[in-house]
Amino acid sequence: MSYHVNENGYYGEFGGAYIPEMLYPNVEELRQQYLAVMQEDSFKQEFKQLLKEYVGRPTPLYYAIRFSKKYNTNIYLKREDLCHTGAHKVNNTIGQILMAKRLGKNRIIAETGAGQHGVATATVCALMGIECVVYMGAVDIERQAPNVARMKMLGATVIPATSGSKTLKDATNEAIRDWINNPTDTHYIIGSVVGPHPYPDMVARFQSVISEEIKTQLLEKEGKENPDYVVACVGGGSNAAGAYYHYLDNPNVGIIAVEAAGKGIKSGESAATSVLGKPGIIHGSKTLLMQTTDGQITEPYSISAGLDYPGVGPMHAHLFTSGRGEFISITDAEAMEAGLELSKLEGIIPAIETSHALAIFKNRQFKKDDIIVINLSGRGDKDLNTYIDYFNLK
Amino acid sequence: MKRIQEALQQNKKLLSIYFTAGYPNLDDTIPVLKSLEKNGVDMVEIGLPFSDPLADGPTIQASSTQALKNGMTTEVLFKQLEGVREHISIPLIIMGYFNPVLQYGVETFCKKCSEIGIDGLILPDLPLAEYNLHYRELFEKYNLANIFLITPQTSKERIREIDEASNGFIYMVSSASTTGKTSGFAEEQISYFNRINALQLKNPQIVGFGINNAETFTKATKKAKGAIIGSAFIKTLTNDGLAGIPNFIKRLR
Repeated sequence: MSYHVNENGYYGEFGGAYIPEMLYPNVEELRQQYLAVMQEDSFKQEFKQLLKEYVGRPTPLYYAIRFSKKYNTNIYLKREDLCHTGAHKVNNTIGQILMAKRLGKNRIIAETGAGQHGVATATVCALMGIECVVYMGAVDIERQAPNVARMKMLGATVIPATSGSKTLKDATNEAIRDWINNPTDTHYIIGSVVGPHPYPDMVARFQSVISEEIKTQLLEKEGKENPDYVVACVGGGSNAAGAYYHYLDNPNVGIIAVEAAGKGIKSGESAATSVLGKPGIIHGSKTLLMQTTDGQITEPYSISAGLDYPGVGPMHAHLFTSGRGEFISITDAEAMEAGLELSKLEGIIPAIETSHALAIFKNRQFKKDDIIVINLSGRGDKDLNTYIDYFNLK
Repeated sequence: MKRIQEALQQNKKLLSIYFTAGYPNLDDTIPVLKSLEKNGVDMVEIGLPFSDPLADGPTIQASSTQALKNGMTTEVLFKQLEGVREHISIPLIIMGYFNPVLQYGVETFCKKCSEIGIDGLILPDLPLAEYNLHYRELFEKYNLANIFLITPQTSKERIREIDEASNGFIYMVSSASTTGKTSGFAEEQISYFNRINALQLKNPQIVGFGINNAETFTKATKKAKGAIIGSAFIKTLTNDGLAGIPNFIKRLR
């Protein structure tokens, strides 16, 4: 069984392209071209060079000595937090801006929740001198003022999404509507492994550089390419898709996906899609989705703005239902404690999204000689205010 | 389905109206339908509200949000529509997004529609390939027309495929836009209308998006069989309530 996308755009029963006809030409153009473009030598070369010289790749694979000792196992941190703009998100936006250029597009749109993907998109648009419009929920604009300012400094136009719940899913709706209204000159840079095929696969491929590097780096350090487990937090799931990618079809490598339980699975304020979701359709993809019995999409909650998406990428939905992935839910409180713990043990302040992945050791036992790679997807600078308020650090 | 085909055979341009079920008030669905038929509307699209209507603009989304707040659900709509054929004889089409249908169960949904006397469905995010592969047989079993959309960007080959899979009419989206975004038709749309007309498709076309008055209705139906008005009608309901319906329809032709 393969856990990669099949030729029809599905991961098991999940995926596909459930889009209105107005989007068909845009998505179809991308579907027909993305693999060919990504295989061009000039594309590969430009992508690789930008990742190296602009993003700062390869990111280190760091053996976390004190953290490992505390949990009596071997924990490596894949330092995506050291990427330019502070998270893995930029791997994808670099790839997609190069794709957009080759497709002859001269205008970029994107959605953003906390603003990380918006900043990563505005960054590559500034780099390439391409017009950039970012949709962001009106509520999120209020909550994430520094990232809004960053996007503006980078020359992007930030448009508030004022429909529905005024958060990430509504920003995504607005971006899709923009694309419907601008079908020929615009490329939509989706920020995660979500949306209609080929987006989940394309974004996973751009992020797969993470596991490609892990293999080489682990070989150097441990004499073998494969860890026993690779762990990542999952909102939409792009950092996880990148960290798992080259291990998906290798049953010897355990895959652990960490979701945000928010205030608790049963609290009504949660984003643990694998537990609370049912198969449904969101943003053009069939996947696990938090929804009412009537099929209306519900609003998720997490203290981490990057994890509160009501769906999950179709690759992850398949990893869950097939049993290939082990899914763990972590509450706000557990995540915040884990973030503080890593800061004190290793001198690394993680993004709160990542803190969820770091929190699994309290309840999940590992063997002493296990080798575990955690994808440290982002740095905590953007979350300082949340950390300050939560721990009363003033 | 038969009612749609009979309507299409009439020697006139069809006026079709879209409205959101349960808007402005939960129990307005049937009174709106009755008023539309009484005032000479030829066909109706009943909108099943969805939380995230991607193809719609702000007017229809706002009405959907309100309808959901009012308590509209698939179950409630079916309840309201029970016995509708005792009063209403024009074709009725349910227009909605695929997820609520999927959650209700596609076959159960189709069966229920057929029992009530619904003639067809418009589900913009149910793609052609998926329909042909998994759902076409069900729609045919329950005598439901599946209405597909085409846009100015749809290729000729794809229009032919859509024409083949259709068994009522083709919903011709007038421009690259969401609902309620544009008004009036430029050269570009007129040439698109002519281009589609020249294809001599087996299914008649009904134009939607951008029609809001007599002038746009006439232009849209010069080559097509009819036109659909949605956002402009929702605005009337918002501003004038059900009392505004007779005047709104009268002004259209």
